[in-house]
Amino acid sequence: MNGLQRGAAAVVGAAESDLGHVADGFNVIDLMAQGIARAAEDAGLKIRDIDGLICATTQARTSGLSLSEYLGISPRFVDTTILGGSSFMFHVAHAVAALQLGLCEVAAIAYGSTQRSVGRRQASVREVNPYETPYRPFLPSTAYALAASRHMHEFGTTREQMAEVAVAARQWALLNPAAWEKKPLTIPEVLSARMVSYPFTVRDICLVTDGGGAIILTTPERAKDLKKPPAYVLGCGQAITHANISSMPDLTVSGALESGRQAFAMAGLKPSDIDVVELYDAFTINTILFLEDLGFCPKGEGGRFVEGGRIAPGGALPVNTNGGGLSYCHPGMYGLFLLIEAVRQLRGESAARQVPNAQTAVAHGNGGVLSSQSTIILGTAATV
Amino acid sequence: MAEAESPLAIYQAHLEKGELAYQWSPEAGRAVFYPRLVCPYSGSTVLEWRVASGLGTVYATTVTHPQQGGPYNVALIDCDEGFRLMSRVEEIAPMAVAIGMRVKFRVHPAEGDQPAYPVFVPVEGAR
Repeated sequence: MNGLQRGAAAVVGAAESDLGHVADGFNVIDLMAQGIARAAEDAGLKIRDIDGLICATTQARTSGLSLSEYLGISPRFVDTTILGGSSFMFHVAHAVAALQLGLCEVAAIAYGSTQRSVGRRQASVREVNPYETPYRPFLPSTAYALAASRHMHEFGTTREQMAEVAVAARQWALLNPAAWEKKPLTIPEVLSARMVSYPFTVRDICLVTDGGGAIILTTPERAKDLKKPPAYVLGCGQAITHANISSMPDLTVSGALESGRQAFAMAGLKPSDIDVVELYDAFTINTILFLEDLGFCPKGEGGRFVEGGRIAPGGALPVNTNGGGLSYCHPGMYGLFLLIEAVRQLRGESAARQVPNAQTAVAHGNGGVLSSQSTIILGTAATV
Repeated sequence: MAEAESPLAIYQAHLEKGELAYQWSPEAGRAVFYPRLVCPYSGSTVLEWRVASGLGTVYATTVTHPQQGGPYNVALIDCDEGFRLMSRVEEIAPMAVAIGMRVKFRVHPAEGDQPAYPVFVPVEGAR
C-alpha cells in the first residue's frame, strides 16, 4: 500500500486463545486477553509494554474500552475497525502505519468469539435489508453459493473440484493438534453431506466454533531483541467492493485481485515467490477464487488447479496449512488465524504440518460476503 | 430541509401499484439499484425514478435448504434496464432455475409485517 514501508513492522508474538467450545462463562474479552497474554509470553514482552491496542469482535459494542480496562492499560493508539473476517488484515496495515509514524511501539491485535457457546444468531445479529431479507437468504451461505453458481457457469468449475478444497483442508487439519475436525474426509463424503445452499453441502462450509487470539507487532529495531524470529510485514493491500451480494460487481472476481496487486507490489514479490499460502476459506469456492485473484493460477482455472491434491499436504502449493476455516476453527471472523499460522510457518514451528524452509507467506482475509478483501505478505529476516 | 419521502417508501409505493421502480442517474448515464439518495457511480444527488419493463435474465442462482420446510430458490436477476437485484424465480422447481433464463417480474403481495416485494417467473410462463 502507498505510504507503508516494506519491513517497517514485524510480528513478534502470535497465539490462539482457547478454541473449539470454550469453558462455560467465558466471554469474548476473556478470550482476547488470554490471546494477548499468550502472544506476549510468546514474544517475551509484558502486557504493560503494549501501547497500541487493536481489536474486533461482533459481541461487544466497545471492545477497545472493555479490553483496555480488563488489561489495565491506557493505550496511546487504538483501532477497532470492523469489516468482517478480514478486519485483522486491515488492522495489520493500521499497525504498520502507527509503528512507522511512532504512534505506538508495541501493537497488539486481538479477537474473541463465543459463537458456538451462545449460538450464531446471538453472536452476530442479522441486519434487515428490505431488498434481500424477503427472499430469506441463508447468509452468508446463500451469497457464496450464488458466487459459486456463477463460477460453475462461466468456467465449468465442478462440485467435485470444490470438494477437493474441503478434503485438502481436512488433510492439513489432521496434522494440526489444535484442529476441531479429527477424522479423514473424502470427496464422495463432501458431495453426499447435507445440502445447505446448492452447490454447497455442510462440508463446503466453514465450522462454527468459539475462539480467539492475538498477534503482537513492533518495530524492526525492537523485534531483533525479542524471543522469537520476527515475521516482517512485507506487503499490505486492501479493497472493498460492496456490502451485499446483490451489489457485487462481478461474482467471479473478488477484491482480492486489487488487494493482492497492492500487497505484491509493496513486497516486491510475485505469487511464485511465496512458500506458504493462507486463504480465508469460509466456503470451498473462496479458496478457488482467491488462488485466481491473487495470481496463483489464471482466472477460471482455480477448480482445475486444486485437483489431485495440489493444495493438500505433499502437493505442489501448501494452502491453508492449519486446516483452515473448513476443518481447524472458524469463530465467525477467521482472519486472525491465517496470520497466526503464517507466522508459525515462517518460524518453523508448525511441526507435522511444517512447510520446509518457509521464507515467505501470504495471509489473505475476506470479510462480509466477498465484500472486503485484505492481503498481507510476511517474510523472514532473510527476505527483508 | 428534510426529504418528504425515503427512497424505500417511494419504491414500496410503486410495488403497491404493481410496478418495479429503479433510479436513473443522468450524470452517470446508468441505472441505480437499490434506490438511494446518492448515485454510487457519479456522486450526484440527482436521481430520477423510472419504472422497469419487468423483463430480466437470471445472473446467478442457488437453492437454500432450510432446517425446516422445503428448499427454495434465491437468485440475482439482471433487469433489461441495466440493474441487478436479489429475487426468487417462482412457478418452476428451485433447481430448474438456470443462469441465462429469461424471466418476468410480478409482485408478491404484502403479508403481515412483510411489505410487497418483487419476484420473477419464467417468461414462457408469465401471465
